[in-house]
Amino acid sequence: MTYSVTRTKNYHYVIGFVCVVMLILLILLPTFLGKASLRLATEMAGYMALAVMWNLLAGYAGVMSIGQQTFVGIGGYALFILAGFSGLPLIPSILSAGIISALFAIPVGFILFRLNGAYFAIGSWVIAEIFLLLTAQSVWLGAGSGMSFPTAVAKSFGNSTERAALFWWIALTIAIVAFTTAYFWLRSSRGLALTAMRDDETAAASLGVDITRNKFAVYLLAAAIAGMVGSVLFLGKLRISPTAAYDINEWTASIIFIVVIGGIGRLEGVIIGVFVFFTLRYYLADFGTYYLMALGAIAILMMIKLPKGIWGIVYEKMEIEIFPLRRNIIQTQKEKPSHH
Amino acid sequence: MIELINSIVQGILIGGLYALFAAGLSLVFGIMRIVNLSHGDLIVLGSFLAFFTVSTLTVPLWLMVVIIPLAMGVIGYAIQRSLLNKTIGPDVLPPLLITFGLSIILQNGLLQIFTADNRKLDFGAIEVMSVEIGGIAMGWYAILIFLIAVTVITGLQFISYHTRLGRLLRATTDDPEIAKLMGVKTEHIFAIAMAIAMIICGIAAILFAAWTSFTPLSGPSRLLIAFEVVVIGGIGSIWGTLVGGIILGVAQALGGYFDPAWQTLAGHIVFVIILVLRPIFVKGFR
Repeated sequence: MTYSVTRTKNYHYVIGFVCVVMLILLILLPTFLGKASLRLATEMAGYMALAVMWNLLAGYAGVMSIGQQTFVGIGGYALFILAGFSGLPLIPSILSAGIISALFAIPVGFILFRLNGAYFAIGSWVIAEIFLLLTAQSVWLGAGSGMSFPTAVAKSFGNSTERAALFWWIALTIAIVAFTTAYFWLRSSRGLALTAMRDDETAAASLGVDITRNKFAVYLLAAAIAGMVGSVLFLGKLRISPTAAYDINEWTASIIFIVVIGGIGRLEGVIIGVFVFFTLRYYLADFGTYYLMALGAIAILMMIKLPKGIWGIVYEKMEIEIFPLRRNIIQTQKEKPSHH
Repeated sequence: MIELINSIVQGILIGGLYALFAAGLSLVFGIMRIVNLSHGDLIVLGSFLAFFTVSTLTVPLWLMVVIIPLAMGVIGYAIQRSLLNKTIGPDVLPPLLITFGLSIILQNGLLQIFTADNRKLDFGAIEVMSVEIGGIAMGWYAILIFLIAVTVITGLQFISYHTRLGRLLRATTDDPEIAKLMGVKTEHIFAIAMAIAMIICGIAAILFAAWTSFTPLSGPSRLLIAFEVVVIGGIGSIWGTLVGGIILGVAQALGGYFDPAWQTLAGHIVFVIILVLRPIFVKGFR
């Protein structure tokens, strides 16, 4: 008997087709939706990208950052300076925002990777606070009150409807880039190393996986994506301030909620998580403090009762992967002759 | 110049309070390997409970000072028994996320009940009394805070090394599995450790509530102070929290001396500098 290794099962061709159709629909979204819904969709795409990256960080690389708002904030400010006040075109500005965030992540990571596990988490929060306080002290960044995006530059991107469509396409692109990078990263040998780290860090290290290097690489990627998300979301708001830019609840707590609900360490979980989060927010946000308490309680309950999240359960029960990562061994029909 | 020295002295004294914030966090991490992200919010909860018992229930001050730490101890025991014990294990993620959820619940719960107004506990005349030594004015209340902090930390050290409970705690720290085999009820020991941590938080909560004003959202800044003190003083070291507290207190006082807006920032920056200069190997409670 011969065996071969494959990740793709037959139903994946169907899923691939559905994905292409969905993608086309998503690109055409501005023709179906009004401005307000499009803005919501833009926000969802941004959160999706952040959640994919947080999942890659916490779920695979074991990097417990609760300071990703640092890079969202840096990206947002970078865009306001580059596109708003320096005359750089929009797309290069957004790419630069990502690069600048990643550049900041190098020294930040250098400091933080001296702390491990849970201590890394609070350390990353301290760094975010430092950026918040420093930004609030910087008069050239508008200090505590922040700054508005210049109206003239905003108008050069088109009227408000055209802008909404443009920002949506940018956010969609970032989300797709985040998703596909994560997907192909996880399918590569680097990803295999990452999955090994998720399962057992010590064992992975003993097999020659360079743990810190892999963690750092994911950390830089996550920072770049966070920077780009920050740039497009604050562009949509046309205003940025230190407290909004480096808000832990907005950019980290919500993202953690999304990942926990969907399933940590499952790529597909993030999609479910985003929809659950935005549905809850849509219906319950008016309840203010009660809504946030409910989110906290749901996250705690999930961690205790369903630590693998919704997609973790689906995967266990039905062995379905939308984005195939697992290697399956296929036994082929032909029987080898026992003698040559 | 004398003002500068005044600030430094003030920083040293308030460092005692920061050590109290940190002692609980350090204890819990040392024994259970849990970094409690709701630590700061639990301190703020203590401050609100203190405020509520005195101002609304009109309980006398001396009685409140006894009740609140005990109540916090009970709360700590209950949280550990009902929530956190379920998550202890090699994976750091579940306890981190659960305490993060708890933090959000506490903040918003307090907001709902007490609104976002600034509150402050009133201890009367002692808050403004001061003594002058060699031209340096020291507030009696700050001195009191420091003395209480040193007493509490000495007590914690004593419990750890000279009592049966301390032996159980250290045995559980070294190896929970073996301790369990030897008949230690580790679930109970974990909860006791959390209760001790919360009693210390309760004391710190009362002292801080009269030192500056607080709101339901003051928790995270308390957590960050506690965390920085633990890392500066050396993770797991009881006396280290006092050293770390003083360093952070002085850093903040100096920052605030030059520019009030730099008070918090100076503390964070000193933390980062120490982190960069002194490689830290997280080994836990030894």
